[in-house]
Amino acid sequence: MTGDPSMADGIYTPTGRRIWRRRSRPETLRRFGLWLIGVMIVVWAITGLNVHWPFVLDAPQQVADLAGRMMPPAWSFTGEIVAPMIETINIATLGTILACVLSIPVALLAAQNTTLNRTTLWIARVIVVTSRSINELVWAIIFAAIFGPGPLAGVIAIGIRSIGFTAKLIAEGIEEIDRGQVEAIAATGASRAKVIAYGILPQIMPTIVGVVTFRWDINIRQSSVIGLVGAGGIGITLNSAMNLFNWPQVTIILIAIFIVVMASEWVSNLLRKQFT
Amino acid sequence: MLQVDKLTKTYPTGQKALDACSLKVEKSQVVAVIGPSGAGKSSFIRCINRLVEPTEGQIWLDGSEVTALAPDQMAKMRRHMGMIFQEYNLVERLTVMENVLSGRLGFVSFWQAFLRKFPQADIDRAFDLLERVGLAGYENNRADALSGGQRQRVGIARALIQEPKILLVDEPTSSLDPKTARTIMGLIAELARERGLPALINIHDVGLALMFAERVVGLSEGRIVFDGAPDEVDEQILTRIFGEADWRQTIRHAAEDAEALERRRAAAPDGGDGAEPAWQSGAAR
Repeated sequence: MTGDPSMADGIYTPTGRRIWRRRSRPETLRRFGLWLIGVMIVVWAITGLNVHWPFVLDAPQQVADLAGRMMPPAWSFTGEIVAPMIETINIATLGTILACVLSIPVALLAAQNTTLNRTTLWIARVIVVTSRSINELVWAIIFAAIFGPGPLAGVIAIGIRSIGFTAKLIAEGIEEIDRGQVEAIAATGASRAKVIAYGILPQIMPTIVGVVTFRWDINIRQSSVIGLVGAGGIGITLNSAMNLFNWPQVTIILIAIFIVVMASEWVSNLLRKQFT
Repeated sequence: MLQVDKLTKTYPTGQKALDACSLKVEKSQVVAVIGPSGAGKSSFIRCINRLVEPTEGQIWLDGSEVTALAPDQMAKMRRHMGMIFQEYNLVERLTVMENVLSGRLGFVSFWQAFLRKFPQADIDRAFDLLERVGLAGYENNRADALSGGQRQRVGIARALIQEPKILLVDEPTSSLDPKTARTIMGLIAELARERGLPALINIHDVGLALMFAERVVGLSEGRIVFDGAPDEVDEQILTRIFGEADWRQTIRHAAEDAEALERRRAAAPDGGDGAEPAWQSGAAR
């Protein structure tokens, strides 16, 4: 309601029937103003893109041209991408295992009900945020610089990148556990570590399995691109094929990645159904 | 054995759950703590093993002051206090055997516990107890596959495998149907007597309390307002504990039930088992 006293009694038509409006006039104006600001931001952002319009209009021809060069796929190249593809899957799997091992203690510290004190809660949250806010390609560049290019850098990049995701979701699972079961184990005189092993771990096992297999599936996708910056796997093969403009090879690599990603999604769904 | 001196518990919200409660349990006896919801029964029992931290007062068990112990010593002390819960509080995703053996956690190393390598003596005892509570053959069932009554039997076995000096029992029957409630209450009382254990049982069901306990303690608004034998409990005392209501039926039924139980107990040749035919036939598969 506004301060306008005439509003208190409502507004009437000349025939004396009461008018109903969803919003008062000042409200309508304010909403219009907000819309206007929103539209201006979008227009400003598009001009900021510096779009070269002839290239955009040209795009359909370019797509046709590229597609023509990519076809037919270099089927003969299939044999040579098997090894890097397996390496990609291995990087994803080892990275996920690394993340799983590291994220359980982080999750215990990041959950309100199991953390030791304010400081440990804060540290765990910083780890979670850091891991999540830095892209896997950036992590891959960092670890390729530290350990040298190759699959090891990839495994560590994938692992570190995944901790935030897995630890956060596992911590949320820990915060939802049944306190009664924990209380009962504590009442037997068990130490803190045993309370975790018996009272907490069995309760969060379905969460851990679900989150970790889901993350593995994501990591298969990520590990196929980190090769672009030299961290091992199919990405390296993809990168060199693109640098050589060998488009038929690029096609076969993309097909291979597509198949493996589909398969991993199927496997992770199967695993999650199995364990919950 | 157990001595509680002027135990007071004030929660951070300012709510005073217990107000200078004193209690002495000098021999093995089944003590029923009765009182309405919110009287402080649960706080009282949890203060004894310090799942709830007492605000004031002292608790002694077999000559050691429970209230003075540091956290790691308190864990050791809790090994001597078996606890049974209203919601059973079994670890749902573990097997019956793992749940029973979890009562030994205070006595084994972390890796023994983690790898489920419990000493053979503990395993023997677990099998004996499972048989005793009527769950022989259930050791590999997962706890979440059991019925309420069966879960509470596992809860009882978990408490007893600790070989405790005292049993703390918090509303053991509130989540059970009336018949199962009676059986479970009977089983707890009988096992406590059989092992010479003092048992402190919170129960709001006056009928069950009068039927199975040797001593009744009445809590009302955080104070002990009655402490005596079940046959001393009359309408006036129940009104003092719970407030005004018609108590005649409750008392008459409890007295009849207790008599019937006594007759059956006397009739059974080895004494005691007569009261539990239902669970012994029903639980074995």
